[in-house]
Amino acid sequence: MRTAADTVRPAPPSWIQPRQWRVAAADRESADVVTLALTPPEPFRFQPGQFNMLSVPGIGEVPISISGDPAVTGRVLHTIRDVGPVTRALCALGPGQHAGVRGPYGTSWPLAAAEGGDLVIVAGGIGLPPLRPALYQAIGRRDRFGRIVLLYGARTPADLLFARELRSWRSRFGLDVQVTVDSAGRGWHGSVGVVPGLIPRARFDPAAATAFVVGPEVMMRFTVRGLLAAGVPDDRVYLSMERNMQCAAALCGHCQLGPFLVCRDGPVFCYRPLARWLGIREV
Amino acid sequence: MPQTLEPLLRSQPFFAGLAPGHVALIAGCAANVVFPAGTFLFREGEPAETFFLIREGRVALEIAAPGRGALVVQTLGEGDVAGFSWLIEPHRWEFDGRAVRRVRAVQMDGTCLRGKCDTDPRLGYDLMRRFAAMASNRLQSTRLQLLDVYGHAHGS
Repeated sequence: MRTAADTVRPAPPSWIQPRQWRVAAADRESADVVTLALTPPEPFRFQPGQFNMLSVPGIGEVPISISGDPAVTGRVLHTIRDVGPVTRALCALGPGQHAGVRGPYGTSWPLAAAEGGDLVIVAGGIGLPPLRPALYQAIGRRDRFGRIVLLYGARTPADLLFARELRSWRSRFGLDVQVTVDSAGRGWHGSVGVVPGLIPRARFDPAAATAFVVGPEVMMRFTVRGLLAAGVPDDRVYLSMERNMQCAAALCGHCQLGPFLVCRDGPVFCYRPLARWLGIREV
Repeated sequence: MPQTLEPLLRSQPFFAGLAPGHVALIAGCAANVVFPAGTFLFREGEPAETFFLIREGRVALEIAAPGRGALVVQTLGEGDVAGFSWLIEPHRWEFDGRAVRRVRAVQMDGTCLRGKCDTDPRLGYDLMRRFAAMASNRLQSTRLQLLDVYGHAHGS
């Protein structure tokens, strides 16, 4: 197993003019989350963990992680939560309409470095979509990994994303999928509690495991504590950070986090060099 | 000859590292129990003279809220301990504990165990540390739930 202490810093991203991509499908995942399947005007490739800048003319532009299978090039999926004017406009798009797209940008999940050991994926809320491409790729190379564990937390059962796929990952590909929600009524027969609480119950070999984590930053801090307490080395824990990304081309500096620009050096970071900067408040 | 629950207790993470003599003492207060799905292990307000070490199944900790029915605060599963009101006066359950699925558990007699802790303060201190760590973990989890980190989205 290769060590994964450092990801290779990618070449500085360059400014790309947005192209208009056609909306092939818009699927509602929950009350406020939509997956847009966009058709690129020319062949498009990306690595799991990368993002595109999506825009709606006259409203604005936002970074959105790519949530589909990297092996599928004809339709590029973006799963978007309606949290403001731009994402609301994107969520309202329907088939035949267009969105501005530039990308892909950013670092990717170090799947090759994780091969040979267990893979632990921890997602909170809208953190699952940026991890789904990594899951697809790991499932496609199933024999190269030991256990693959997915720990997923959401606010309520109605907020769970990709429910059908969660079942299929468990039943067809032998993934250990554990789901929990922060609150539920009696109709829910699953776990109620926070996602870091699933870590002690998950079965994996911490010394040989690599962990990918995405979620709200508070959730990620608690999750990292849980992973380290379980014995996962800090240089084998990776996070995808979300900061105030505006240009995605390392030009504006809005997404600075200590010595890093999240758009250039992230969004996927190894925890070890990031640790001292995680507590820094966003301005 | 009745079987002792000592080996079973020794295998539980909650009792990991406990002195062998102390495990034997605790086993003297333990009994195996089974709760069918939908039944209650304990009810809010009732005397809390026991706690449970869950071996299998899922227990929902619930609070009944007027007009909202039963709210599930947390679920507990295999290896978890349900209940520390047996340790803290006035020894009344703070929640309902409902078996979501059939639950197999070890039921500990709190009155019996408190008596042994009074007699053997080292056992009492060891148990108190374990329950304090568990209470601290549950408190941290509850704080994270209260933050509603998935609900407070902001952005563009």
